[in-house]
Amino acid sequence: MTTAYLVKGVRVLGGEPTDLLLEDGVIAAIGAGLSADGAEVVDADGLIALPGLVDLHTHLREPGREDAETVDTGTQAAALGGFTAVHAMANTDPVADTAGVVEQVWRLGREAGHCDVFPVGAVTVGLQGERLAELGAMADSAARVRVFSDDGKCVSDAVLMRRALEYVKAFDGVVAQHAQEPRLTEDAQMNEGELSGRLGLRGWPAVAEEAVIARDCLLAAHVDSRLHVCHVSTAGSVEIVRWAKSKGWNVTAEACPHHLLLTDELAATYDPIYKVNPPLRSAADVEALRAGLADGTIDVVATDHAPHPHEDKDCEWQAAAFGMLGLETALSIVQQTMVDTGLIDWQGVAERMSYTPARIGRLEGHGRPIEVGEPANVVLYDPAHTAVVDGTNLASLSRNTPYVGRELPGRVVATFLRGTPTVLDGKLA
Amino acid sequence: MKRHLLSAGDLTRADAELILETAEELRSLADRPIKKLPALRGRTVVNLFFEDSTRTRISFEAAAKRLSADVINFSAKGSSLSKGESLKDTSLTLEAMGADAVVVRHWASGAPHLLANAGWSKSSVVNAGDGTHEHPTQALLDAFTMWRHLGNLDGRRVAIVGDVLHSRVARSNALLLKTLGAEVTLVAPPTLLPVGVEGWDVETSYDLDAVLPKADVVMMLRVQRERMNAAFFPTVREYSRRYGLDGRRMDTLQDHTIVMHPGPMIRGMEISADVADSHRSVIVEQVTNGVAVRMAVLYLLLGGSEPAVGTSEGANL
Repeated sequence: MTTAYLVKGVRVLGGEPTDLLLEDGVIAAIGAGLSADGAEVVDADGLIALPGLVDLHTHLREPGREDAETVDTGTQAAALGGFTAVHAMANTDPVADTAGVVEQVWRLGREAGHCDVFPVGAVTVGLQGERLAELGAMADSAARVRVFSDDGKCVSDAVLMRRALEYVKAFDGVVAQHAQEPRLTEDAQMNEGELSGRLGLRGWPAVAEEAVIARDCLLAAHVDSRLHVCHVSTAGSVEIVRWAKSKGWNVTAEACPHHLLLTDELAATYDPIYKVNPPLRSAADVEALRAGLADGTIDVVATDHAPHPHEDKDCEWQAAAFGMLGLETALSIVQQTMVDTGLIDWQGVAERMSYTPARIGRLEGHGRPIEVGEPANVVLYDPAHTAVVDGTNLASLSRNTPYVGRELPGRVVATFLRGTPTVLDGKLA
Repeated sequence: MKRHLLSAGDLTRADAELILETAEELRSLADRPIKKLPALRGRTVVNLFFEDSTRTRISFEAAAKRLSADVINFSAKGSSLSKGESLKDTSLTLEAMGADAVVVRHWASGAPHLLANAGWSKSSVVNAGDGTHEHPTQALLDAFTMWRHLGNLDGRRVAIVGDVLHSRVARSNALLLKTLGAEVTLVAPPTLLPVGVEGWDVETSYDLDAVLPKADVVMMLRVQRERMNAAFFPTVREYSRRYGLDGRRMDTLQDHTIVMHPGPMIRGMEISADVADSHRSVIVEQVTNGVAVRMAVLYLLLGGSEPAVGTSEGANL
């Protein structure tokens, strides 16, 4: 028999204080002055409750790069960040392009137990962009894959992309595109602009992202399928997605926390901690992303949590790996960039970090409202807390967070996965 | 002066003039029978080269030796694909050996910046060319050469012609020459000018013939033939016709105008043989000046506030 939890005085989505009773995996009761015999009481005075967060874009690195992250450590980081479900990207070694690999990742997630893991299947065999992987086998496997992506690489071949979009309709899947025209970004290192020219770092033009997004929106419309655009990073991309949505096309998009906060100016340090794909862009792009996320053009925030071992970041910029950690800081950055700026409220956060990503991933039991009878996937969050990011006390195996030394608001106090705490008092339960 | 020389943009006008004046004093040494000063005796200068560059390395080596420094040449050639020992470990090794200055040439833009700022070592770092970023001592020797021929550079017009996009020489020269008051025009086909160059505070032109008659200095940059394979220009012949400096174009220059090239030249591509060998060409002199300027840089970074060269009594250090 599992312990019941009585959460006292919590403000659901920032509303009036109330109590929540979490029992038998569901939200059993909501209301002021609840009591329950034998329930563990959690004093949530000053805290807000959000539905368990869902990440559409996580790199857990297992199998293959267990020196960077494992399913166990990555999902610990996820739980500490308030996530109850993550989508594990397919660019592992071996690539998650068969039912066998996705089932392995799914099973590792269940064994770890910190957070549900939903594997993303590769679109093409080995991420090579040459022929389709067995998408149906992955969809029918125990992992029930619905999101397919070659993330890290772009499905740049237009015919292959068209076929993938068509094929996944058979099982209500979605193709999540890493939009990066490969020829325009050969050896590219940072956002192309005045600064890349001055720093002598090969430029990564916005058009390399925008051209692929435009093409894919048109393809998705043409074959009447579902497209999800990963890590939108430019103002132009936001415009294209806005246009596609205005046509009624089935296109969704995500933005990453780092693209909502950091700009390409940081490349002037030549510190590869700021090297990421897609690259950090200009302040104007950051503003456009925030506006797009606020008005619903960009549907969700996804972390693109990308752990790398220290030696792959403690080197020349050009030699360094792309990517940054994100799970443990995502909610704080969304608070800082979107909530504290007045662009969205906590209801808006719940939509962009829980309801909508779960809907895009076709998850059941996640992204549900905090209502009686719903699964007890709940985050308790203290928005009044502030702390300077330390970087040495992360659950992730890797240390490549770009936020060390920055003061960020908010703290995840507790995370409940189907009524069981994965995090309590800000620590793994 | 700062402790490192990473970018020509780090130099104030006073810094740059001090280097040029010091170089002028040190250059006189080249005419003496014994070309050696004791200024850096007991100091260790490491030439750390991750990319082949015989001329830059021997220039730094000669500079350090003429100041009596101990010189260690460390060739760690490698690319991002065939990475050997990491920059960090190399740096820690040199630190453990007691290097006072590290002269670094690297294929990655920003590598000297990393060496200077990552906390791996306490040595002074001199950027001897990093990726497509900067080559500040080349800019200093170029400015020194111009200064010796033209005097004060205020208002002087310098045309830098060729593959600006991939040129660390162009970047450092643009920064330093602005500091010294010169007016810089970058001349290249549009494909070989960096995006955002309008923010560099220099003029740009696609038309070499229009720029040449007004120039006091024409600096030709090396253009790799392989660039045409990436569609930067259609053919070598077309490049030469539009942007090469040949005898016909040389005839449109003012009488006092000098022609420079950082080397190695590709005769027949960006510069014709008759121009390279003409009386306007100061290309060989640039090499001589390179040693003097690098002596000045090493001396000022490592050395003292005392004059580098004594007066009529000879060297007093």
